[in-house]
Amino acid sequence: MKQTSQSQSQSSVIEVNHLSVRIGHKPVLTDINLTIQAGEVTALLGPNGAGKSTLLKSLCQEVAAETGQVKVHGQELKKWDRSQLAKSLAVLPQHASLTFPFKVEQVVEMGLYPLTLSQRQGEQLIDLQLDRLDLTALKHRSYPTLSGGEKQRVQLARVLTQLAQSDKPAILFLDEPTSALDLAQQHRVLKLARSLAHENNYAVVVVLHDLNQASRYADRLIVLEQGKIVSDGAPAAALTPETIRQVWKYDPIVVMEPGKQTPLLF
Amino acid sequence: MENTRWLWPCLLTALVVTCLMSVSIGPLQISPSASFSAVINWATHFEIGSVAPHEQLVIDNVRLPRTLLALAVGAVLAQCGAVMQGLFRNPLADPGIIGVSSGAALGAAICIVLFPQGGEYAVAVSAFLAGLVTTLVVYRLASSPTGTSVVLLLLSGVAVAALAGAGIGLLTYMADDMALRDLTLWQLGSIAGAQWHYVVLTLIALALVSWQFNRSAKALNALLLGEAEARHLGLDVDKLKLKLIVLCAIGVGISVAATGIIGFIGLVVPHLVRMLVGPDHKQLLPLSAMLGAALLALADIGARAIVAPSELPVGLVTALLGAPFFIVLLLKQRSKLV
Repeated sequence: MKQTSQSQSQSSVIEVNHLSVRIGHKPVLTDINLTIQAGEVTALLGPNGAGKSTLLKSLCQEVAAETGQVKVHGQELKKWDRSQLAKSLAVLPQHASLTFPFKVEQVVEMGLYPLTLSQRQGEQLIDLQLDRLDLTALKHRSYPTLSGGEKQRVQLARVLTQLAQSDKPAILFLDEPTSALDLAQQHRVLKLARSLAHENNYAVVVVLHDLNQASRYADRLIVLEQGKIVSDGAPAAALTPETIRQVWKYDPIVVMEPGKQTPLLF
Repeated sequence: MENTRWLWPCLLTALVVTCLMSVSIGPLQISPSASFSAVINWATHFEIGSVAPHEQLVIDNVRLPRTLLALAVGAVLAQCGAVMQGLFRNPLADPGIIGVSSGAALGAAICIVLFPQGGEYAVAVSAFLAGLVTTLVVYRLASSPTGTSVVLLLLSGVAVAALAGAGIGLLTYMADDMALRDLTLWQLGSIAGAQWHYVVLTLIALALVSWQFNRSAKALNALLLGEAEARHLGLDVDKLKLKLIVLCAIGVGISVAATGIIGFIGLVVPHLVRMLVGPDHKQLLPLSAMLGAALLALADIGARAIVAPSELPVGLVTALLGAPFFIVLLLKQRSKLV
C-alpha cells in the first residue's frame, strides 16, 4: 500500500457534472455538481429521502443517470472496464445479503478476485486485513452465524482487500457503515476510514446519519435536501444551525468542542 | 478447506465401484473381474481375461452405454443444479427452475401424442428444442433494459412451467392408450436402452458445462454476495447470468432429451455437497459432478435390480429415494432456513 502524505496529493478523483437521477417518475437528484478529492473523508448528509444513497449509487453505476456525467479518474464511468475499475473503486454495502455458509476468510478472499496476486501474496494480504479489523480469531467461522457488526467488519475487510493493488488513489464508498455497529465499533470504523484517507491517500465517501460523527471524522460535509446540494464544506462551515433548521426541521443546540473547530449538536 | 480433502478420493472410489457394479449387475450376471476385463477390452481392443463373447457383447452394447449415460447425465444435472442454486442465491432452486424441463416435457408430449410415427429421435429433438426455446422465453420475460431480475426469472419460470403443464394435461387428455403410456414413461425418465450416440452427445455436453462452469466458479461465489456487490467486484453480471442460463439449458436439455425427466439429482446433490464442503463453487462444482454421477448410476442399478428381471424408470427411483431424503434434510435444517 502506498504511503502518501496528505498535502502532496489533493487531487480530484471523481467529477460530477450536472447529474440528475430519476427513479420511476420521481426526480431524486437534480443538477448535482461536485468533485471528490483523494486524501479526505467526504460525508454525505441529509434527512431520509434526500438522495444521499442514490448519489453514492450513481457514482458507482448502481443507479443510472438520467442526464449529466460522472468521471472517475478522468474517465467517464460508463467507459470504464468494470474489472479495471474494481481495482480502484470499492463499495461497502449497507446490507450484506450473503446467506450461504462461507467462512470468514473465504468472504475476504473474494476481494482478491479482481486482483492479480500470487496465491502466497493473496493469503498474506487476507491475513493482514483480517488482523487490521480484528477478525483473525473469527477466520474459520461461518459468515451467517456472525453478529451484524462482525459481518460489517468482514465486508469491510473484503472491500479493503479489493483496493490493495490500486495504482491510482483508491476510492472507497461506505453506505451507512455504522448502522449495525455498537458505539465503540462505530468510532473504530470511522477512525479507520479517516486513516485510510489521510495516510493512504484514499478518497472515502461515506453516507452518515449521525451529524456529530460526520463532523468529527469527515474533512468535508455535503448536505443534501430533496436531491440538491444545500451546503458543502468543512464541518464547521457546512453544518450551521440555520442549515440544520432548514434541512432537518429541527432546532439544534450547537456547542463548539473545546479547543477544536468541530461543532457538537444536540 | 483443509479438512475436506478426504472427500475427493472417497468420491472417486465410489465412482469406480459404482461403475463396476453397473456393468456387472443385470439380468445376465457377469462377474466383476470379467466385467473389468470386458471394459478394458472395449477401451483398448486387447483381449485380456476370460470374457465370454456374449458377455462382451452385452457390456459393449448395453451396460457400458447405459453406465456412461447415467454418469454423464448425473454429473450434468448436479452441476446445473449447483449453478442455478448459486445464480438464484437459493439452495432450494433446481435446474428445471428456468423452464427447461417443463418446456422439454411439453416438446416431448407434442411429439409423442401428435406425431406418433416420428419415433424416438423426433421425441428427443423436439424435447431439446422446446426446452431451449422455453428457457429463452423465460429469460426474455425477466429481462428489461435495466437488467435481468432474478425474482422475475423465478416467477416467469413458474408461470411458464404452469403453462407447459396445462399443455401436457391437454395432450394427455387427447392421447390414445399407447401414447399415454409412452408419455408417462418418458416423464418418469429412464436410462434403459441407452444408445451410443446419446452417450457421446451427453458427454460433449458434460465437457462443455464442466469447463465453462468451473471457469465461472469465482464469479458464482461473488454472485452469492449479491448482484450489486458482484458488479463492484468487476463482474459483468448480466452477461454472466445469460451465459450460465444458456449453458444450463443446453446441459439439461440434452440430458432430458436423452433420458426423460430425472428429478432430485440436481436439487439434492449440490445441497449435500454444500453441507460437506461449504458453498465455495471451486469445490462444489467438481464434487457435485462426481456425486451426481455416482448417485444416478447407483439409482440406475437399483432400477434394474429392485424388480428384476423387469425394470423401474430411474426417475422413479431418484424421486423415491431423493424426496424422503430431502425431507429429512429440510427437517434437520428447518431452524436455519426459517
